[in-house]
Amino acid sequence: MAQTSDQVSAAAPKRPGGWLGMVADWSSDQRSFKGVSWGKAMMWIFLVSDTFVFGCFLLSYMTARMSTTVPWPNASKVFGLHIGGADIPLILIAIMTFVLISSSGSMALAVNYAYRKNRQATALLLIVTALLGAAFVGMQAFEWTKLISEGVRPWGNPWGAPQFGASFFMITGFHGTHVTFGVIFLLIVARKVWRGDYDDGRRGFFTSRRGHYESVEIMGLYWHFVDLVWVFIFAFFYLW
Amino acid sequence: MENTQAQTGGGAGTVTAPAAHDEVQHHPLKVYFTVWIWLFILSAASYYVDYSGVQGYLRWTLILIFMMLKAGLIVAIFMHIAWERLALTYAIILPPIAILAFVAIMAIESNYTLFTRLLYFTNG
Repeated sequence: MAQTSDQVSAAAPKRPGGWLGMVADWSSDQRSFKGVSWGKAMMWIFLVSDTFVFGCFLLSYMTARMSTTVPWPNASKVFGLHIGGADIPLILIAIMTFVLISSSGSMALAVNYAYRKNRQATALLLIVTALLGAAFVGMQAFEWTKLISEGVRPWGNPWGAPQFGASFFMITGFHGTHVTFGVIFLLIVARKVWRGDYDDGRRGFFTSRRGHYESVEIMGLYWHFVDLVWVFIFAFFYLW
Repeated sequence: MENTQAQTGGGAGTVTAPAAHDEVQHHPLKVYFTVWIWLFILSAASYYVDYSGVQGYLRWTLILIFMMLKAGLIVAIFMHIAWERLALTYAIILPPIAILAFVAIMAIESNYTLFTRLLYFTNG
Protein backbone atom coordinates (compact mmCIF):
# COMPACT_ATOMS: atom_id res chain seq x y z
CA MET A 1 0.00 0.00 0.00
CA ALA A 2 1.16 3.49 -0.69
CA GLN A 3 2.36 5.48 2.28
CA THR A 4 1.06 8.93 2.96
CA SER A 5 2.27 11.77 5.02
CA ASP A 6 -0.75 12.39 7.18
CA GLN A 7 -2.01 8.87 7.50
CA VAL A 8 -0.84 6.58 10.23
CA SER A 9 2.22 4.79 9.00
CA ALA A 10 1.54 1.26 7.85
CA ALA A 11 4.80 0.23 9.49
CA ALA A 12 2.93 0.29 12.82
CA PRO A 13 1.65 -3.10 13.92
CA LYS A 14 -1.74 -4.11 12.61
CA ARG A 15 -4.46 -2.75 14.87
CA PRO A 16 -7.24 -4.88 16.33
CA GLY A 17 -10.67 -4.59 14.73
CA GLY A 18 -14.21 -4.73 16.11
CA TRP A 19 -15.07 -3.74 19.68
CA LEU A 20 -11.55 -4.38 20.91
CA GLY A 21 -10.31 -2.05 18.19
CA MET A 22 -12.80 0.65 19.15
CA VAL A 23 -11.74 0.58 22.80
CA ALA A 24 -8.08 0.58 21.80
CA ASP A 25 -8.56 3.49 19.41
CA TRP A 26 -10.30 5.65 21.99
CA SER A 27 -8.38 4.70 25.10
CA SER A 28 -4.88 6.00 24.48
CA ASP A 29 -3.33 9.36 23.82
CA GLN A 30 -3.50 9.21 20.05
CA ARG A 31 -5.78 10.02 17.15
CA SER A 32 -8.96 8.05 17.45
CA PHE A 33 -10.05 7.94 13.84
CA LYS A 34 -7.41 5.76 12.22
CA GLY A 35 -7.00 6.23 8.53
CA VAL A 36 -9.59 8.99 8.41
CA SER A 37 -8.33 12.26 6.97
CA TRP A 38 -9.08 15.50 8.82
CA GLY A 39 -11.36 16.61 5.99
CA LYS A 40 -13.56 13.58 6.31
CA ALA A 41 -13.58 13.70 10.11
CA MET A 42 -14.56 17.37 10.09
CA MET A 43 -17.32 16.78 7.57
CA TRP A 44 -18.72 14.06 9.80
CA ILE A 45 -18.56 16.31 12.84
CA PHE A 46 -20.39 18.99 10.90
CA LEU A 47 -23.01 16.49 9.77
CA VAL A 48 -23.58 15.23 13.31
CA SER A 49 -24.12 18.80 14.48
CA ASP A 50 -26.43 19.42 11.53
CA THR A 51 -28.35 16.32 12.59
CA PHE A 52 -29.12 18.08 15.86
CA VAL A 53 -30.29 21.19 14.02
CA PHE A 54 -32.75 19.23 11.92
CA GLY A 55 -33.58 17.08 14.92
CA CYS A 56 -34.65 20.19 16.79
CA PHE A 57 -36.76 21.42 13.87
CA LEU A 58 -38.59 18.12 13.62
CA LEU A 59 -38.97 18.04 17.39
CA SER A 60 -40.51 21.48 17.53
CA TYR A 61 -42.83 20.43 14.72
CA MET A 62 -43.81 17.34 16.73
CA THR A 63 -44.41 19.46 19.82
CA ALA A 64 -46.57 21.95 17.91
CA ARG A 65 -48.58 19.20 16.26
CA MET A 66 -49.10 17.17 19.42
CA SER A 67 -50.14 20.08 21.58
CA THR A 68 -52.56 21.88 19.28
CA THR A 69 -56.28 21.52 19.83
CA VAL A 70 -56.98 22.36 16.18
CA PRO A 71 -56.75 19.51 13.64
CA TRP A 72 -53.54 19.40 11.61
CA PRO A 73 -54.00 20.01 7.86
CA ASN A 74 -54.06 16.82 5.79
CA ALA A 75 -50.69 16.80 4.01
CA SER A 76 -51.93 14.25 1.54
CA LYS A 77 -54.49 16.77 0.24
CA VAL A 78 -52.45 19.93 0.75
CA PHE A 79 -49.57 18.62 -1.35
CA GLY A 80 -51.71 16.85 -3.90
CA LEU A 81 -51.89 18.04 -7.48
CA HIS A 82 -54.74 18.13 -9.95
CA ILE A 83 -53.36 16.35 -12.99
CA GLY A 84 -55.38 15.22 -15.99
CA GLY A 85 -58.71 15.60 -14.26
CA ALA A 86 -57.73 13.58 -11.20
CA ASP A 87 -56.51 14.61 -7.78
CA ILE A 88 -53.33 12.71 -7.05
CA PRO A 89 -52.31 12.90 -3.41
CA LEU A 90 -48.83 14.02 -2.45
CA ILE A 91 -47.61 13.48 -6.00
CA LEU A 92 -45.21 16.43 -6.14
CA ILE A 93 -43.49 15.31 -2.96
CA ALA A 94 -43.20 11.77 -4.29
CA ILE A 95 -41.52 13.04 -7.45
CA MET A 96 -39.19 15.23 -5.38
CA THR A 97 -38.28 12.20 -3.28
CA PHE A 98 -37.41 10.12 -6.32
CA VAL A 99 -35.38 12.96 -7.82
CA LEU A 100 -33.35 13.36 -4.63
CA ILE A 101 -32.77 9.61 -4.30
CA SER A 102 -31.59 9.49 -7.90
CA SER A 103 -29.19 12.32 -7.22
CA SER A 104 -27.87 10.39 -4.24
CA GLY A 105 -27.34 7.36 -6.47
CA SER A 106 -25.44 9.34 -9.08
CA MET A 107 -23.38 10.90 -6.28
CA ALA A 108 -22.42 7.46 -4.96
CA LEU A 109 -21.32 6.48 -8.45
CA ALA A 110 -19.33 9.70 -8.77
CA VAL A 111 -17.44 8.87 -5.56
CA ASN A 112 -16.72 5.41 -6.88
CA TYR A 113 -15.40 6.72 -10.19
CA ALA A 114 -13.36 9.35 -8.36
CA TYR A 115 -11.47 6.62 -6.53
CA ARG A 116 -10.86 4.96 -9.88
CA LYS A 117 -9.47 8.34 -11.02
CA ASN A 118 -11.86 8.40 -13.93
CA ARG A 119 -12.06 12.16 -14.39
CA GLN A 120 -14.69 12.38 -17.09
CA ALA A 121 -17.14 9.96 -15.51
CA THR A 122 -16.74 11.61 -12.12
CA ALA A 123 -17.28 15.14 -13.42
CA LEU A 124 -20.25 14.04 -15.52
CA LEU A 125 -21.90 12.25 -12.61
CA LEU A 126 -21.31 15.28 -10.37
CA ILE A 127 -23.00 17.48 -12.94
CA VAL A 128 -25.93 15.06 -13.16
CA THR A 129 -26.19 15.14 -9.37
CA ALA A 130 -26.15 18.93 -9.39
CA LEU A 131 -28.85 19.05 -12.06
CA LEU A 132 -31.09 16.69 -10.11
CA GLY A 133 -30.49 18.78 -7.01
CA ALA A 134 -31.39 21.95 -8.89
CA ALA A 135 -34.54 20.22 -10.17
CA PHE A 136 -35.44 19.40 -6.58
CA VAL A 137 -35.03 23.01 -5.48
CA GLY A 138 -37.07 24.11 -8.49
CA MET A 139 -39.95 21.85 -7.53
CA GLN A 140 -39.71 23.09 -3.99
CA ALA A 141 -39.96 26.67 -5.23
CA PHE A 142 -43.07 25.63 -7.16
CA GLU A 143 -44.50 24.03 -4.04
CA TRP A 144 -43.85 27.12 -1.94
CA THR A 145 -45.40 29.36 -4.60
CA LYS A 146 -48.49 27.18 -4.78
CA LEU A 147 -48.95 27.07 -1.01
CA ILE A 148 -48.37 30.78 -0.57
CA SER A 149 -50.91 31.56 -3.29
CA GLU A 150 -53.37 29.31 -1.47
CA GLY A 151 -52.93 31.40 1.64
CA VAL A 152 -50.43 29.46 3.73
CA ARG A 153 -48.52 31.81 6.02
CA PRO A 154 -46.23 31.13 8.97
CA TRP A 155 -49.05 32.29 11.23
CA GLY A 156 -52.00 30.60 9.59
CA ASN A 157 -53.56 28.67 6.75
CA PRO A 158 -57.03 27.86 5.41
CA TRP A 159 -57.11 24.23 6.57
CA GLY A 160 -56.33 23.92 10.24
CA ALA A 161 -53.68 24.39 12.88
CA PRO A 162 -51.86 27.69 12.29
CA GLN A 163 -48.50 26.17 13.24
CA PHE A 164 -48.57 24.18 10.01
CA GLY A 165 -47.18 27.05 7.96
CA ALA A 166 -44.39 27.89 10.39
CA SER A 167 -43.27 24.26 10.57
CA PHE A 168 -43.51 23.83 6.82
CA PHE A 169 -41.54 26.93 5.86
CA MET A 170 -38.93 26.39 8.53
CA ILE A 171 -38.24 22.72 7.85
CA THR A 172 -38.45 22.64 4.06
CA GLY A 173 -36.80 26.05 3.81
CA PHE A 174 -33.82 24.95 5.81
CA HIS A 175 -33.57 21.71 3.87
CA GLY A 176 -33.90 23.53 0.55
CA THR A 177 -31.11 25.86 1.59
CA HIS A 178 -28.93 22.85 2.26
CA VAL A 179 -29.71 21.45 -1.17
CA THR A 180 -28.94 24.79 -2.79
CA PHE A 181 -25.55 25.05 -1.11
CA GLY A 182 -24.95 21.42 -2.03
CA VAL A 183 -25.56 22.20 -5.70
CA ILE A 184 -23.03 25.05 -5.57
CA PHE A 185 -20.56 22.80 -3.74
CA LEU A 186 -21.13 20.08 -6.36
CA LEU A 187 -20.47 22.43 -9.25
CA ILE A 188 -17.23 23.63 -7.67
CA VAL A 189 -15.99 20.08 -7.12
CA ALA A 190 -17.11 19.05 -10.62
CA ARG A 191 -15.08 21.91 -12.10
CA LYS A 192 -12.01 20.86 -10.14
CA VAL A 193 -12.36 17.25 -11.21
CA TRP A 194 -12.93 18.20 -14.83
CA ARG A 195 -9.86 20.46 -14.86
CA GLY A 196 -7.76 17.72 -13.30
CA ASP A 197 -6.95 19.63 -10.12
CA TYR A 198 -6.80 16.40 -8.16
CA ASP A 199 -4.36 14.86 -10.63
CA ASP A 200 -1.86 17.69 -10.98
CA GLY A 201 -2.12 18.86 -7.38
CA ARG A 202 -3.29 22.36 -8.22
CA ARG A 203 -3.87 24.42 -5.10
CA GLY A 204 -7.36 25.56 -4.19
CA PHE A 205 -8.10 29.27 -4.58
CA PHE A 206 -9.55 29.51 -1.10
CA THR A 207 -7.48 27.18 1.06
CA SER A 208 -4.28 27.11 -1.02
CA ARG A 209 -4.14 23.39 -0.29
CA ARG A 210 -3.74 20.62 -2.77
CA GLY A 211 -6.95 18.70 -3.33
CA HIS A 212 -7.37 14.96 -3.53
CA TYR A 213 -9.99 12.72 -4.99
CA GLU A 214 -11.13 12.16 -1.44
CA SER A 215 -12.77 15.58 -1.72
CA VAL A 216 -15.37 13.94 -3.91
CA GLU A 217 -16.20 11.47 -1.18
CA ILE A 218 -16.41 14.26 1.41
CA MET A 219 -18.70 16.18 -0.93
CA GLY A 220 -20.68 12.97 -1.24
CA LEU A 221 -21.10 12.70 2.51
CA TYR A 222 -22.74 16.11 2.56
CA TRP A 223 -24.98 15.30 -0.36
CA HIS A 224 -26.11 11.95 1.03
CA PHE A 225 -26.82 13.67 4.31
CA VAL A 226 -29.17 16.09 2.56
CA ASP A 227 -30.95 13.07 1.10
CA LEU A 228 -30.98 11.43 4.52
CA VAL A 229 -32.64 14.45 6.11
CA TRP A 230 -35.27 14.37 3.38
CA VAL A 231 -36.06 10.75 4.29
CA PHE A 232 -37.02 11.94 7.78
CA ILE A 233 -38.88 15.03 6.57
CA PHE A 234 -40.80 12.93 4.06
CA ALA A 235 -41.80 10.46 6.75
CA PHE A 236 -42.64 12.84 9.57
CA PHE A 237 -43.93 15.93 7.82
CA TYR A 238 -45.54 14.65 4.65
CA LEU A 239 -46.65 11.11 5.43
CA TRP A 240 -47.47 11.16 9.15
CA MET B 1 -6.06 0.17 8.39
CA GLU B 2 -5.36 -2.30 5.65
CA ASN B 3 -8.40 -4.12 4.61
CA THR B 4 -10.80 -4.50 7.33
CA GLN B 5 -12.54 -3.09 4.30
CA ALA B 6 -14.61 -5.41 2.24
CA GLN B 7 -12.53 -5.83 -0.85
CA THR B 8 -15.10 -7.77 -2.69
CA GLY B 9 -13.18 -7.83 -5.91
CA GLY B 10 -15.36 -6.50 -8.69
CA GLY B 11 -13.79 -3.62 -10.53
CA ALA B 12 -10.50 -3.99 -8.76
CA GLY B 13 -8.85 -5.56 -11.77
CA THR B 14 -9.02 -2.51 -13.99
CA VAL B 15 -7.81 -0.16 -11.33
CA THR B 16 -4.29 1.12 -11.20
CA ALA B 17 -2.56 1.22 -7.84
CA PRO B 18 -3.90 4.12 -5.83
CA ALA B 19 -1.63 7.05 -5.28
CA ALA B 20 -0.99 8.57 -1.90
CA HIS B 21 -3.94 9.78 0.14
CA ASP B 22 -6.53 7.84 -1.76
CA GLU B 23 -7.72 5.00 0.36
CA VAL B 24 -8.64 1.88 -1.44
CA GLN B 25 -12.38 2.11 -1.84
CA HIS B 26 -13.12 0.27 -5.01
CA HIS B 27 -16.39 -1.29 -4.08
CA PRO B 28 -18.05 -2.84 -7.05
CA LEU B 29 -20.68 -0.62 -8.64
CA LYS B 30 -23.27 -3.33 -8.21
CA VAL B 31 -23.60 -2.52 -4.49
CA TYR B 32 -24.62 1.04 -5.30
CA PHE B 33 -27.12 0.05 -7.95
CA THR B 34 -28.68 -2.49 -5.60
CA VAL B 35 -29.04 0.12 -2.86
CA TRP B 36 -30.38 2.64 -5.35
CA ILE B 37 -33.08 0.23 -6.49
CA TRP B 38 -33.99 -0.60 -2.90
CA LEU B 39 -34.30 3.08 -2.07
CA PHE B 40 -36.72 3.44 -4.98
CA ILE B 41 -38.73 0.44 -3.84
CA LEU B 42 -38.89 1.67 -0.24
CA SER B 43 -39.86 5.19 -1.30
CA ALA B 44 -42.57 3.81 -3.54
CA ALA B 45 -43.78 1.67 -0.66
CA SER B 46 -43.94 4.60 1.73
CA TYR B 47 -45.75 6.67 -0.89
CA TYR B 48 -48.19 3.80 -1.28
CA VAL B 49 -48.88 3.95 2.45
CA ASP B 50 -50.25 7.44 1.87
CA TYR B 51 -51.93 6.56 -1.42
CA SER B 52 -53.78 3.58 0.02
CA GLY B 53 -55.03 5.70 2.91
CA VAL B 54 -53.99 3.32 5.69
CA GLN B 55 -54.49 5.03 9.04
CA GLY B 56 -53.55 4.61 12.66
CA TYR B 57 -50.84 2.41 14.09
CA LEU B 58 -50.39 0.39 10.90
CA ARG B 59 -49.66 3.60 8.98
CA TRP B 60 -47.18 4.91 11.54
CA THR B 61 -45.43 1.56 11.86
CA LEU B 62 -45.03 1.20 8.09
CA ILE B 63 -43.78 4.78 7.72
CA LEU B 64 -41.20 4.27 10.45
CA ILE B 65 -40.01 0.92 9.09
CA PHE B 66 -39.55 2.24 5.56
CA MET B 67 -37.90 5.38 6.92
CA MET B 68 -35.39 3.48 9.05
CA LEU B 69 -34.56 1.07 6.24
CA LYS B 70 -33.92 3.93 3.83
CA ALA B 71 -31.84 5.85 6.37
CA GLY B 72 -29.85 2.73 7.19
CA LEU B 73 -29.07 2.01 3.55
CA ILE B 74 -27.98 5.57 2.87
CA VAL B 75 -25.75 5.80 5.93
CA ALA B 76 -24.28 2.31 5.67
CA ILE B 77 -23.59 2.06 1.96
CA PHE B 78 -23.77 5.51 0.34
CA MET B 79 -21.97 7.20 3.22
CA HIS B 80 -19.55 4.26 3.56
CA ILE B 81 -20.14 3.75 7.27
CA ALA B 82 -20.25 0.00 6.71
CA TRP B 83 -16.58 0.18 5.75
CA GLU B 84 -15.36 2.56 8.46
CA ARG B 85 -13.76 1.52 11.73
CA LEU B 86 -16.08 1.23 14.71
CA ALA B 87 -14.42 4.17 16.49
CA LEU B 88 -15.78 6.53 13.83
CA THR B 89 -19.05 4.66 13.37
CA TYR B 90 -20.06 4.94 17.00
CA ALA B 91 -18.85 8.53 17.30
CA ILE B 92 -21.37 9.31 14.55
CA ILE B 93 -24.25 7.00 15.37
CA LEU B 94 -24.46 7.29 19.17
CA PRO B 95 -24.87 11.07 19.71
CA PRO B 96 -27.98 11.43 17.52
CA ILE B 97 -29.66 8.67 19.53
CA ALA B 98 -29.74 11.17 22.40
CA ILE B 99 -32.41 12.97 20.36
CA LEU B 100 -34.77 10.13 21.26
CA ALA B 101 -34.60 11.17 24.91
CA PHE B 102 -35.46 14.72 23.82
CA VAL B 103 -38.38 13.33 21.81
CA ALA B 104 -39.68 11.52 24.88
CA ILE B 105 -39.42 14.65 27.02
CA MET B 106 -41.19 16.83 24.46
CA ALA B 107 -43.90 14.23 23.90
CA ILE B 108 -44.71 14.29 27.62
CA GLU B 109 -44.61 18.09 27.61
CA SER B 110 -46.88 18.26 24.55
CA ASN B 111 -49.44 16.00 26.15
CA TYR B 112 -49.46 18.24 29.20
CA THR B 113 -49.82 21.38 27.07
CA LEU B 114 -52.69 19.79 25.16
CA PHE B 115 -54.34 18.77 28.40
CA THR B 116 -54.17 22.29 29.84
CA ARG B 117 -55.39 23.80 26.57
CA LEU B 118 -58.37 21.47 26.51
CA LEU B 119 -59.04 22.20 30.15
CA TYR B 120 -58.89 26.01 30.01
CA PHE B 121 -59.34 27.14 26.42
CA THR B 122 -62.03 25.03 24.83
CA ASN B 123 -65.00 25.94 27.02
CA GLY B 124 -64.76 29.67 26.45
